Amino acid sequence: MTTSAARGGWRMRLRGLIRKEFRQIVRDPSSIAIAFLMPVALLLLFGYGISLDAEEVPVALVAPQPSAASASFTSAFYGSRYFAPRPMPDMAAAEAALMAGRVDGIIRLQGNFARRLEGGGSAPVQVIVNGVDANNARMISGYVQSTWANWLAQRAQAAGGELDMPVQVEPRIWFNGEMRSRNFLVPGLIAVIMTLIGALLTALVMAREWERGTMEALMVTPVAIREILLGKLIPYFVLGTGGMLLAVGMAVFLFDVPLRGSLWVLLICSSLFLLAALGMGLLISTIARNQFVAGQVAIIATFLPAFILSGFIFDIGSMPWALRGITHLIAARYFVAILQTVFLAGDVWPVILPNALALLLMAALFFGLVRRNSRKRLE
Amino acid sequence: MFKRIIALAVKEFLALLKDKKSRFVIIVPPLVQLFVFSYAATYDLNRVPYAVYNEDRGVAARNLLAGFQGSKNFRRVARIDRSGQIAPLIDRKQVLLVVHIGPQFSRDLALGRPAPLQLLVDGRNSNTAMLTLNYARDIVDHFNRRWSAAHQLAPPPVRLDIRAWFNPNLVSRWFIVPGIVGLLTLVVAIMVTSLSVAREREQGTFDQLLVTPLRPTEILIGKALPGFLIGLFEASLIMMAAVFWFAIPMRGRLLVLYLGLALFLLSVVGVGLMISSLSVTQQQGLLGAFLFTVPAIILSGFATPIANMPRAVQYLTLLNPLRYFMVVLRGVFLEGAPFSQLAHQLWPMALIGVTSLMLAGWLFRHRMY
Repeated sequence: MTTSAARGGWRMRLRGLIRKEFRQIVRDPSSIAIAFLMPVALLLLFGYGISLDAEEVPVALVAPQPSAASASFTSAFYGSRYFAPRPMPDMAAAEAALMAGRVDGIIRLQGNFARRLEGGGSAPVQVIVNGVDANNARMISGYVQSTWANWLAQRAQAAGGELDMPVQVEPRIWFNGEMRSRNFLVPGLIAVIMTLIGALLTALVMAREWERGTMEALMVTPVAIREILLGKLIPYFVLGTGGMLLAVGMAVFLFDVPLRGSLWVLLICSSLFLLAALGMGLLISTIARNQFVAGQVAIIATFLPAFILSGFIFDIGSMPWALRGITHLIAARYFVAILQTVFLAGDVWPVILPNALALLLMAALFFGLVRRNSRKRLE
Repeated sequence: MFKRIIALAVKEFLALLKDKKSRFVIIVPPLVQLFVFSYAATYDLNRVPYAVYNEDRGVAARNLLAGFQGSKNFRRVARIDRSGQIAPLIDRKQVLLVVHIGPQFSRDLALGRPAPLQLLVDGRNSNTAMLTLNYARDIVDHFNRRWSAAHQLAPPPVRLDIRAWFNPNLVSRWFIVPGIVGLLTLVVAIMVTSLSVAREREQGTFDQLLVTPLRPTEILIGKALPGFLIGLFEASLIMMAAVFWFAIPMRGRLLVLYLGLALFLLSVVGVGLMISSLSVTQQQGLLGAFLFTVPAIILSGFATPIANMPRAVQYLTLLNPLRYFMVVLRGVFLEGAPFSQLAHQLWPMALIGVTSLMLAGWLFRHRMY
């Protein structure tokens, strides 16, 4: 065989393999469902479903002796979109409601609230929050504090004076002025969902060939292992890219997440990430050689690590150093950083370039390992 | 009948545990993940990187900054002296917070005028931003109280006294680790069950099983037992690690916890077998496993409260067994909740379990092609 014929054969063989893979995809529609149905369904469900913005938090309000002063104070809570106050006759009722989970907090005014307020003293207000969900509890006490501070400022203004607060905090939140948690959750979700899809698409494909014995059949053909891998990769890369475009489109048009960076940066980085995710799936498949084990590994190794260790929800900088090291093994970590930056901040190259490089390295590493572990050899 | 069930269950255990790779995957990663995730998943911020932009040379500004310096929640990484330096630091994620003190700060304070303090926060992750701001506010509040006391200023007319029940220091690990117990138990039980029928279908051995004297109910019990027992075993290990390693308080009764665990496993094993008997290939089984596990975890109240979800999604979570088990776990661990308080969480899991198991048994015979 001449070299030119071998090269021509290379193209033909690859085309043949890709065509075979596409046929297989069309016949078992689960791959198509994974690539297109899953991102849409999951992003819809989670994009609407999860939020860290507590609104209308039910709180028990105990004000034993209503007066004009106490009414002015409590009206600040009735007027806030963060609270849904429930008046309670006494502390016992409020505590019972807190125990039963009907309210998340208690705001209790003393009986002598009006007297102490008008006497020029300082009237204490007791606030109890349910600390079981520590993050939520902290949010709620933050809301209580800002409602209280607003009320003090208004009261001082009404009296014609200024607030006697020595230092006044003026917060400026960059990139996400309204503090919409959806703006960072949706880009993060894209990374988590695409991790799943990448792994699901390829986790079983190599194992399936081994299990069904068709791998042996492939081995006796002139097809090189490199061509088999490319033949597996290209069809699923096309499918995955379709799913990714759908997800990005939904983020921008449905969830109104601002896209401040450029689309082409997003697309290039997404392709890199998709390669890494597909590579991981292929690696699982190649090592397991058995669909059952490959499936189990895919369940345990993809979703939870991408969910917890990617910085999607939990801040990586606050983790202990050993764990910060572990997060570098999670491809989703780099993609989350890129997505949150490209969507909310813009094309910040010092963030994008190192993370994109890391994705490229991970993809190369996975394919290198796949290549090493798949030889034309039987055991 | 028992002999037949036991024979089948033994065969199922062998199928799972005989293969070295499979045995490893079932036992080791969940335990490793418990440790990794329990340390990783926290909403408590520490060492938040910040920069100081101080245009004031006064003592008051230095005192205020000392508050940031002394806090273990913050770590100063830069000092800047031009406003142009702010944007690159935040853009590049080198700092999450810039504390900006204007040139008039000390003078305003000395004259008794409110002195503004600008806090610039990276809002890319709004939760982190909110928490950073809350921590910074605490430091400023502390400074204000000291300043007011030292200068005989009137205290604010109303003061708040905030306290948290059940978790006074608001350690988020107390909330997260019991949640992780639920997550990993779910993953293990799904991993063991969701491919079991699909594999036999794909290999054709399920048809053989159906023509044996085993009745569908017996097949069902035989298939359900390994998932149930492995789940029980691993959940026990994980809970022991939670109590003895992570020092999560265990305030309620173990009996209530195990009742909840048993019902939860029943429901998850049921759902897993249902997925498995619906699928014809293992690829479909795996897809089904993910389509159940991922929403079940994200919509369980593990990381984001169910109360924040829109009403329609909240109704959907009623079908999610993990949602109930989360309440049981956190209730028993942290609140010491008695059976009577948790009964409302227990019966839905039992209902989901029985319904899904029945469906799975029915599908054994009726999903043939």
